[in-house]
Amino acid sequence: MIEIGLGHYLTLGAIIFFLGVIGIFLNRKNVIVILMSVELILLSVNINLISFSIFSGDLLGQIFTMLILTVAAAEAAIGLAIIVIFYRNKGSIRVEDIHEMKG
Amino acid sequence: MLAHAIFFYFFSILAIFSALMVITSRSTVNSVFFLILDFISVGCLFIMVGAEFLGMILLIVYVGAVAVLFLFVVMMLNVAQQKQSWFVGQKSTHIPSGLIVSVLILLELLVVVGGWKYKENIMSSSNLVIDTSITNTHSIGSVMYTDYILYFQLSGVILLLSMVGAIILTYRKRENVKTQSYLKQISRDKASAVMLKDVEFNKGVKIDD
Repeated sequence: MIEIGLGHYLTLGAIIFFLGVIGIFLNRKNVIVILMSVELILLSVNINLISFSIFSGDLLGQIFTMLILTVAAAEAAIGLAIIVIFYRNKGSIRVEDIHEMKG
Repeated sequence: MLAHAIFFYFFSILAIFSALMVITSRSTVNSVFFLILDFISVGCLFIMVGAEFLGMILLIVYVGAVAVLFLFVVMMLNVAQQKQSWFVGQKSTHIPSGLIVSVLILLELLVVVGGWKYKENIMSSSNLVIDTSITNTHSIGSVMYTDYILYFQLSGVILLLSMVGAIILTYRKRENVKTQSYLKQISRDKASAVMLKDVEFNKGVKIDD
């Protein structure tokens, strides 16, 4: 309990990943919250990579984490741009209103 | 070691709580603020575990840029009043299946974590062993700009692509907005711009015929 090891960090990553997935599935009102859940999932992936990198003494995980940070920032920018133009066309970003493609 | 445990539990409980509040908060602005709190606490965890550079990068990039971008869009789209409510309105059929899938994923992850058998001392398989005599930033920089320069450049290209994509997606031509047309300005000549007239006494001249 006192000795913090790899398993503690992996459990934290798993719980945050789970919360992100639940946020995607259960959200019905707001697309922005879905994007934030995706950010949570990417954050949990970063936690996993960094904890493995530190506890196994390998620097490669931290380099990969930087690449994931870059891709997450790019994804947030593009997703928010898509939400902005959707709001301009429809006047709403509720999840229920997005059914043009009958998905 | 005790301080390490105390800080780990403090920041991880803070991270889990704020992640829970991100997905259950009724107002979107509160969700964004809790997302910022989540990034701060995980960044503190990174700094604590020994990856100082990435912890600071997380603070700068996420708290400074991405979360502010979210906040900006939330305020721009006027959805702050639009409360998000989960189980009201018409019955949704995908909520139970979503819960089942999420709980299954959590159980699988916990089984993986719990059933993991560690070796006595985990050895790195690559030659990128962390050197503790130099700082974290120094060691990352000495690898990232030499062996992984292609990946570094590729991430730069991805950022450029996302910038161009976001500008193209949100750009629109507005009607009835007076803008400067350089081509019209520099293509004027004397014949089209100046007209000489003989003005008769007490008559004046019509200029808009």
